[in-house]
Amino acid sequence: MSAFSAIGEEREIDREEFTPGLEPQPTWCPGCGDFGVLKALKQALPEVGRTPDETMLVTGIGCSGKLNSYLDSYGFHTIHGRSLPVARAAKLANPGLEVIAAGGDGDGYGIGGNHFMHTARENHDMTYIVFNNEIFGLTKGQTSPTSPKGHKSKTQPHGSAKEPLRPLSLSLTSGASYVARTAAVNPNQAKEILIEAMNHDGFAHVDFLTQCPTWNKDARQYVPYIDVQDSDDYDFDPTDRREAAEMMHETEDALHEGKVLTGRFYVDEERPSYQQEKQNIGEMPEEPLAARYFDEDYEWERSYDMFLDKHK
Amino acid sequence: MTEDELIWRIAGGSGDGIASTSQNFAKALMRAGLHVFTHRHYPSRIRGGHTYTEVRVSADEVKSRGDGYNFLLALGDSFARNPQENAYYGNEEIKPLSENLDELHEGGVIIYDSGLLDPSEIENFDERVEENNWHVYDIDLRSMAREHGREVMRNTAGVGVTCALTGIELEWIEELMESAMPEKILEPNIEILNEAYDMIHEEYDVDAPDVKVPSGEHDEEQVLLSGSDAIAYGALDEGCRFIAGYPMTPWTEVFTIMSQNLPEVGGISEQVEDEIAAAALAIGASHAGAKAMSGSSGGGFALMGEPLGLAEMTETPVVLVEAMRAGPSTGMPTKPEQSDLEHVLYTSQGDSQRIVFAPGTAAEAYKQTRKAFEIAYEYQIPSIVLYDQKLGGELANVPASVFDEEPNPSLGSTLTEAELEDAPHSDTGKYKRFQHDVEDGVSPRSIPGQKGGRFLATGNEHTPEGHISESPENRVAQLNRRVQKTEAIRAELDTSSKDDSHQTYYGPEDADYGLITFGSQQGTVEEAVDVLNENGHSVKSLGVSDMMPFAEEEVAEFIESVDEALVVEMTASAQFRGLMQKELGLYGEKLSSLLKYNGNPFEPAEVVEGFEVNIIEDDELDHNRMKFVPSAGD
Repeated sequence: MSAFSAIGEEREIDREEFTPGLEPQPTWCPGCGDFGVLKALKQALPEVGRTPDETMLVTGIGCSGKLNSYLDSYGFHTIHGRSLPVARAAKLANPGLEVIAAGGDGDGYGIGGNHFMHTARENHDMTYIVFNNEIFGLTKGQTSPTSPKGHKSKTQPHGSAKEPLRPLSLSLTSGASYVARTAAVNPNQAKEILIEAMNHDGFAHVDFLTQCPTWNKDARQYVPYIDVQDSDDYDFDPTDRREAAEMMHETEDALHEGKVLTGRFYVDEERPSYQQEKQNIGEMPEEPLAARYFDEDYEWERSYDMFLDKHK
Repeated sequence: MTEDELIWRIAGGSGDGIASTSQNFAKALMRAGLHVFTHRHYPSRIRGGHTYTEVRVSADEVKSRGDGYNFLLALGDSFARNPQENAYYGNEEIKPLSENLDELHEGGVIIYDSGLLDPSEIENFDERVEENNWHVYDIDLRSMAREHGREVMRNTAGVGVTCALTGIELEWIEELMESAMPEKILEPNIEILNEAYDMIHEEYDVDAPDVKVPSGEHDEEQVLLSGSDAIAYGALDEGCRFIAGYPMTPWTEVFTIMSQNLPEVGGISEQVEDEIAAAALAIGASHAGAKAMSGSSGGGFALMGEPLGLAEMTETPVVLVEAMRAGPSTGMPTKPEQSDLEHVLYTSQGDSQRIVFAPGTAAEAYKQTRKAFEIAYEYQIPSIVLYDQKLGGELANVPASVFDEEPNPSLGSTLTEAELEDAPHSDTGKYKRFQHDVEDGVSPRSIPGQKGGRFLATGNEHTPEGHISESPENRVAQLNRRVQKTEAIRAELDTSSKDDSHQTYYGPEDADYGLITFGSQQGTVEEAVDVLNENGHSVKSLGVSDMMPFAEEEVAEFIESVDEALVVEMTASAQFRGLMQKELGLYGEKLSSLLKYNGNPFEPAEVVEGFEVNIIEDDELDHNRMKFVPSAGD
C-alpha cells in the first residue's frame, strides 16, 4: 500500500465531500463575494478529479483565510501573507498533492508581495487564488493595495494618495505562467478558470474579484462583467506576452472606470514547472520526498560514509 | 623560548588565501598526529581588510585558540585600499604585520613578506623586536611566488618558510596539497613550497628552531571540521532532506554545506526571497512529511519570529539554527557574540513552546543537532540550535568515531494510513489531530495525502479537529497540553548521569569556585580552569547547553556545590546570568559576570585574569577589553 493512497485515487467525487460537517455554514457577511470562490472551488475540484484527502489548501489571514474552515480538505491556515512559501514547500515535499493557496489582496499583494513575486518567478505547479475586494475587510474597511487612488477610509481620511497596484501585470512580469481574472458574480467562468488553473503545470494566478458588501459599499458589485475571450471588442493572444501585457494594463485601468474585464490574460503551456527545472538539474528527487519516510526498505545515507572523507 | 605548542598566525587581506592556506596547514598537522584548533578573524569585505587565522598546534588536546600567538606569518594585505595615504581604515597594507603585535609571545617568530611590507612604517618596530626577543625573517615571498607561479601563492611560500623554521616535514604539506589542489596550480605551489623551504635551510641556521612543532600521535582517526560542518552532518543523519534559507553571515556556512550535500542524498535545498519565506518553507515541507530545517543569524532570525510562532501553534516540527554575531542591527557581521540568547528564547508572540540547545564544541553540535531533530519530530515543536560565528567557523580535530552513528529518519509522532483507520475522527470524518488528553501532550499527526487524515492546521487557537475556536475551555485544554510537552521534554533531557547530559562538567568536583558558561566559550573556560588550578586556586566549570527547557537541576546543583561562581559570556547585558536567575529564582549573591563584547572571543588567559582580579583580589580590571559585573552579594 502506498503511504499516500489518497493521491491519484480514481473514483467518483461528489462536490459535497468538500463541505465540512463541522462548519458547513461560512461566517462571511450575506452577499460576500467569498461565497463565490468557495462554490467555484467545490465545483472545480471534483472536475479535476481531486479528493479532499489529496488536496492541500493553504490560506493567509483575513476573511479569505477562513476558506479552509469551510472547505473540507487538508488545510493550513497560516499567517498574514505567508501562504505561498508554506504551500510551495509542501508541493516540493510531496508533488502528488493538489496544492492551492488563497488569500486576500492585502495578504497577497501587500504583506506577502515578495512571496508572490518569487513564487510566480519560480513557477511552482500550484494555484493561487487572490480574493481581491480592493479593501481590508476583516479589520473593518481600511484602504488596501488595490484600493483605487483617492479611496477614503479611517486610515486614509483624505483619500489614498497612491495608485493601486496592478496585480495582473505584476504577476506576468514576475513570471506566472497562467494569469486570469474572474469575479464572484460570474460563477460559471470562475469554475472554468479554476479548473484550468489547477490543470495548468505551473504557477496559476487567479485574481478573483470578490465584492465586499459591508466595507466597500461604494465599489461596484463587479457587474456587468465582460469576458474578454467572449467579447468581440477585445482581440489579443493570451499566449503572446506583449499582447497579454497590454491587455492586462487596459483591464487594470478599466476596473477603476467601472468596466469589469475578466478572463484568461496569459497562458504559457511551454514553460517547465519549477519541479521539472529542479529535477532537470538534479536538485530534486524523482520520487516524492515525503514517501521516503514511509518506505521501510529505504537505506538512509550516513554522513560518516558520504562526507567525512574530505575532512580526513 | 621553550614552548610546547605552536600558535601560528597567518595574516593578510581578504582574498590572500588565508582561509584555505590555514585550513590545509591545520589538516596537514592533524594528519601528522597533532591536535589543532583554529581561530578566524575577518572583516565584512570581499577584498582587502585585515584578515588572519591562527592555527594552534599541540601534542595534547586543545580546546581554544590559546593565548596570543608565537609565530606570525605576515603576508601583507595585497588588496589594501589607499595603502600610502592616511585612509579611514589606516594603512591596511601593513596591518597584517602591525596589528596585535603586542600579543606575539616573547621569543616568538615573525616572517614577513618584504616584497610587500616595510616595517619601518611601524612605530618602534626594531626596539620592540629587541625588547621581546622576537626572531624576524624578512623574506621576499612575493618574488618567489611570481617566479614560479602567481602572486597569490605567496601564502605557499610562507608555509614553506614556516616548515623550515619549525621543523615540520614538507611531505605532510605536499601530501595535503596533492589532495586539496587542482592539477593546474599544484605544480607551481609544490615548487614554491620547496624553493622557500630550501632557501631557509641554505641561508639560515635552522638546526635549533626558535619555535619547534612537537610530535604527536592520535590514538584514533581524526577529522578536521567546524561547528557548521557538525551541525549539517547532525541534520543529515537525522534524515533532514529539506533546507530553505537566505544568505547571512555566519549562518551561510551551514546553509552552504547542506546545499552542496543534499542533492547527493536526494534532498532539496531552496534559496528563497527572505528569511520569513525560509522558515515558512521549512514548516510547509515538514507539514507535508519531510524532515526540514532553516536558519539564519540575528537579523534574519528576527524575520523568522512569526513563522516560529506558527510552528509552535500548529505543532509543526521544524529545526532552526541561529548563528549569533555581534548586534544589535547589522552590528559586526563577522564577529562573534552570544547576545542573541534572549532573542532566540523569547521572540514571537504568546507563550513560547520551543527547544533551544547551545552546543559547546563541534562534537556537541553534532549530537545536539540530532537531539534537536529527534525532539522536534517526537514532540511536534520547533527546536533551535544556537551557536555563533566562533563555533561555526573554527576548525578542530575531532575523532571520526563521533560521527559513526546510525541514521534516524523517523518522522516521530505521525500515523500511517493503517493507524489512521483506528484513530479518533469527528462525526464528519475529520481526523482529531489535536486531541486534548494525550500522553505527554503529544497528539500524533497525519500527513497530507494520507487517506482519512485530513485536518486543519491553523495559527488560531483550535479544536481537536483543528477548527478555529475561542472557547475558554478548549483554549485552556489546548494550551495546557502544549505546555505539558515542554515538561515532558525537560524530563527526557534530565539525565541522571553527567556523561549523558548536554551539560559539560570540568575540573575537580570538590572545587571551591565555579566558572559557568554556555555555548562556544566552553573550551576556553575549561583551559582557564586548568591554569587556575595550576595557579593554586580551586576551580571547576560547567558548560550549559540546555537553554530551553533550562537545565535547572544541574545548574542549581553546580551553584550549590561552590562558594561563588563567575558567569562567562559574550554579551554586554549578562543575558545568560539573567536566564539562570530567572529560571532558578536564586543565587543572586553567588553569581558575578565576566563579559566580553568587543568582537573577539575570550582567550583562556583573559578568563584567568577576570577570575583572579575580580574574585580573588576583589579588585578591578585595568583595561576595557572585558567587563565585570559583581554579584548582588557584593
